[in-house]
Amino acid sequence: MNAGSDLIGFSVRGAVEALRKGDISSRELTTACLNRIELLDDKIHAFLAIDKERALQEADKADRLMVEWRRKADNDLPRLVGIPIAVKDVLTVKGFPCTCGSRILEGFEPPYNGTAVQRLVDAGVIIVGKTNTDEFAMGSSTENSAYGTTHNPWDLSRVPGGSSGGSAAAVAARLVPAALGTDTGGSVRQPASFCGVTGIKPTYGRVSRYGLIAYGSSLDTVGVLSRDAQDVAALFEIFAGHDHRDATSMDVPLPPLELGEIRELKGLRIGVPQEYFIEGIQSAVEASVREAIEKLAELGATIEEISLPHTDFALPVYYLIAPAEASANLARYDGVRYGPREEAAEMWEVFRNTRGTLFGQEVKRRIMLGTYALSAGYYDAYYGQAQKVRTLIRRDFEAVFKQVDLIAAPVAPTTAFPIGEHTDDPLAMYLEDVFTLPANLAGVPGMAFPVGFDEDGLPIGMQLMAPHFKEDILFQATHAYQSVTDWHLRRPDIDD
Amino acid sequence: MSLTRKEVEHIADLARLDLADDELERYRAQLISILEHVDRLKELDTADIPPTSSVLPERSVLRQDETKPGLTKEQLLQNAPDAIEGQFRVPPVLDKDRSE
Repeated sequence: MNAGSDLIGFSVRGAVEALRKGDISSRELTTACLNRIELLDDKIHAFLAIDKERALQEADKADRLMVEWRRKADNDLPRLVGIPIAVKDVLTVKGFPCTCGSRILEGFEPPYNGTAVQRLVDAGVIIVGKTNTDEFAMGSSTENSAYGTTHNPWDLSRVPGGSSGGSAAAVAARLVPAALGTDTGGSVRQPASFCGVTGIKPTYGRVSRYGLIAYGSSLDTVGVLSRDAQDVAALFEIFAGHDHRDATSMDVPLPPLELGEIRELKGLRIGVPQEYFIEGIQSAVEASVREAIEKLAELGATIEEISLPHTDFALPVYYLIAPAEASANLARYDGVRYGPREEAAEMWEVFRNTRGTLFGQEVKRRIMLGTYALSAGYYDAYYGQAQKVRTLIRRDFEAVFKQVDLIAAPVAPTTAFPIGEHTDDPLAMYLEDVFTLPANLAGVPGMAFPVGFDEDGLPIGMQLMAPHFKEDILFQATHAYQSVTDWHLRRPDIDD
Repeated sequence: MSLTRKEVEHIADLARLDLADDELERYRAQLISILEHVDRLKELDTADIPPTSSVLPERSVLRQDETKPGLTKEQLLQNAPDAIEGQFRVPPVLDKDRSE
């Protein structure tokens, strides 16, 4: 074994400790990630941009900082100094292009860091690259990226899920120990599930959306994917919290996520919604999720059957509200301020040509759908009705959270599907999101993590959902589960 | 559920999307199937239900009206396909009746 293959085994907190002790340097760790990306990313295509030189420069800077810190032995070293991570390409990172997986932002270089990114940079992380995504985060497979599909490290003929599929695949293949993602309708949780990693979708309002390129503004959240709850917590604690640059971010303190000692869940009430175990769910998925719920009971949690009666309406509500918001948000791409321009003699033609030519099929479909839902004569029947039913979905959660502390459910009805399976049938693709959409509509936080494998060796995920701003319970329950199981330690066999 | 070609063209026009013939036809068919699916929402009686536009508690977010450092004009123009004298440049906006 060479040093590179040893180093990629590090978790975030393991690397933090080894770096502080001086057992490894950030240059060694970062080089190991970069080498592994070079070795495997031709096959996986998790990355849209990599900046080797920048990463190594920052690693050297981190190493110098740590040498100085060891000499002075004071305690103010930022918490994640020298840790390499990746960032989904819908979040702005100064010095990196930000395409959102779209040709309409080809070459766009944002002049600023988004807030989540900035807070992690201030904590000392090294951003090695930007990860692939469905165009503007619209999709469940990364097949809607204008720059090619990411392949699932567990089976390269399958999708990694989406839209944060590049981030999930990068973490699963051990290209980086952690990666930022975003979740508007399941885009952190579903790829985490398909790739066998752990990921959080925070409460709406918990993490600033500043620097997140908008898709559905009342639903968009910034999350993170890593190997287990403790590593997710190590990053989440740093970037969560109020930000004056996002008027929808809330000033609610996040309790310290001290997970180390939690080994039981006595007194925790977990609800299992009958509506999430529907006909058509893959039998291995149901079996593994039920087994995981049993494991939570063994840890001391009490399990109750619950009902979220409007679950079935989440899909139609989401596919009106998200496209409506998208059609407004994406009005800004017109070939004037950023991105390429399709030239024409007069301005309106520039807009029409640029948008018609450079947006991909799914984005145009959602803009059309959203425009229709907002248009005169249809607004009340579609958008207005969807907003009212959204209230019913929220109330389902409010009622259930008077009875239980957490909800446990599958993340998706199936494991990772073959590339190309749903590309001709948008509605079939939308059905992949049926279990993840309700949390976004209600604004509640959710955590996805691996709980088994199906007969083809593909990871199965479960999600826990909590009341608003109760992420700490999600972390505690997931960590307790992971302290008595080893699904999250399994690695795909992709090394040649 | 029906959606005419003319209606689809109208939506594309509102969205400022130049779409090819085959795209218009494909979106017409796909929008019909999606709209048929979402039509299920009409089953629910929502007469007394208020709409949700945000899941956050209703509140005003206020701050002092004072200047703070921000991005420079150069930074804001750096990605423009065409800029001149500190401004974005676009082709002429012709006096065209768009309802035609």
